[in-house]
Amino acid sequence: MNRPSIVWKLYIAAFYIFLFAPLLVVAIFAFNASPFPSPPWKGFTLEWFVGTGSVFGKPGVLKDPIWLTSIGNSFKIALPVAFLAVLIGTVNAWVLERAEFRGKTVLAMMMLWPLVIPGVVLGISILAFFSRVANGLEDALNADIDMLRPGLPLVILGQLSFILTIATLIIAARLRKFDRSLEEAALDLGASRARVLRTVTLPFLKPALFGAGLVALLMSFENFNTTLMLVGSDPPLPITMYGQMREGATPAINAVSLMLMLGVGGIASIFALTSKAEQ
Amino acid sequence: MKPAHRLTLFLLMAPAILWLGLLIILPHVEILILSFSQRVAPRVYEFGFGNYLEFFTEPLYWRTFARTAIMSIMVTVITLVLAFPIAMYIARVAQGRVKAMLLLLCLLPFWVSELVRTLGWMMLLRETGIISYLLRMTGLASQPVELLYNDGAVILGLVYGGLLFMIVPLANALESLEPSVVEAGFDLGGSRWTVLRRIVIPHAMPGIVAGSIIVFMLTVGNFATPVLLGGKNGLWFTEQIYAQFITRFNWPQGAAFGILLLLLSSAIVWAGLRLTRQSLGTTLRQA
Repeated sequence: MNRPSIVWKLYIAAFYIFLFAPLLVVAIFAFNASPFPSPPWKGFTLEWFVGTGSVFGKPGVLKDPIWLTSIGNSFKIALPVAFLAVLIGTVNAWVLERAEFRGKTVLAMMMLWPLVIPGVVLGISILAFFSRVANGLEDALNADIDMLRPGLPLVILGQLSFILTIATLIIAARLRKFDRSLEEAALDLGASRARVLRTVTLPFLKPALFGAGLVALLMSFENFNTTLMLVGSDPPLPITMYGQMREGATPAINAVSLMLMLGVGGIASIFALTSKAEQ
Repeated sequence: MKPAHRLTLFLLMAPAILWLGLLIILPHVEILILSFSQRVAPRVYEFGFGNYLEFFTEPLYWRTFARTAIMSIMVTVITLVLAFPIAMYIARVAQGRVKAMLLLLCLLPFWVSELVRTLGWMMLLRETGIISYLLRMTGLASQPVELLYNDGAVILGLVYGGLLFMIVPLANALESLEPSVVEAGFDLGGSRWTVLRRIVIPHAMPGIVAGSIIVFMLTVGNFATPVLLGGKNGLWFTEQIYAQFITRFNWPQGAAFGILLLLLSSAIVWAGLRLTRQSLGTTLRQA
């Protein structure tokens, strides 16, 4: 079984071609000098990145307000999500690994739930619940509460609902490996609890906090299902891409995809490097 | 427990309780209640099973539901069959740097947004796309060939999206298989097929279950891939939920659909775990 047959090797090769074909196609056609993202090849251009629209009638990504605001919205969502995921994830990890109380296994189990709920269902349930709260508050206070209506804050909450599980798992896994005698030694040497946390525990957790933040950032940037249900008038990148793909887009969508691939690839390699350093 | 200690514990647990309470439990209670409220007059709702009755009496709804379930099972099986030889190669044949490379190459496409991957398939498959173009250039087709907007395209896109989540748990499970056990199987006169069926597959079972459950969940809950690659013929259940909530603004009906999708997804996950006696925690950790 350890001597792979030629058929097996060919299959592996075909598989990797299959895996990368769609991505390569997207990347290559970002440079095609044609108003449509399809063959034939009409020559190389950077128009779909930096063009002002004078050549093909439609601007490139970096000159098009639609794409630029979507990229901005994606950051407005992803940064708070990553920050909150790391912050709350750390506290959760602490509860799971350090605290002793009745019902801990139930709580640990419940924290896994969000991963088995379809993203669309998470989206509609949060939408429906917060609308009810908003309606109730409006009746009581006679004021409009935009925060709880579809829009950026609701998208952030929706994405947090399941990204928190991932962040918690990553940080808890690292905390489990921590040698508690290090903390005790620091306490014996006269350090305060706060100082022990700052100088011993948190530095140990740092790679996991960093990793959880990057994963949260990526997941937020890519999330489509939950976001679709909660989005208001400020669509993040995947929602805009979806709209353009339904209508039939210019190669600007290939350009934005290529930028996304490079960005994600960059973040992923940072993550791979830090997790290697951790081992 | 000292009161001060209690307070600290409570404060530490507060974020988790707020998160699970406000973002998971209460919202699901809300759609459960919503799904049982039916409209009797404009803006007047009362308790009733109307939304669920509507689901069973309107063929479009339950057919889309059944179709989503059946196609998701098909996608899961195809993904498993396609991924097994790859996982086997990564876990048992490839060594050192090649192995790390192969695994990393598998991971890369999945760090990229689902929309980008779907865009790639659309560009390859559509009438004006690359495959159609190449077929005409090579003379294999005389006119443009539309490969998009059919079930095959939907299955292809969904299998593609699920592969990684199958390969990683499979490779992890196969990794721990002792080569001597496999050799013993051959020495005792087992054919390749017997060794695979009696030794390798049983050993990989935890990985098979973990991968299948994750792929099934992701497939059933997918929205963009079936809608974009299937077009009008996509007919995926999540699309019905979206239509009720966003397009038709019939939230009670949409909530009932949401509950049904949740039940379907949970039932299959539960059945998979029961059949193979695995627990959710260890299964998720596999992935």
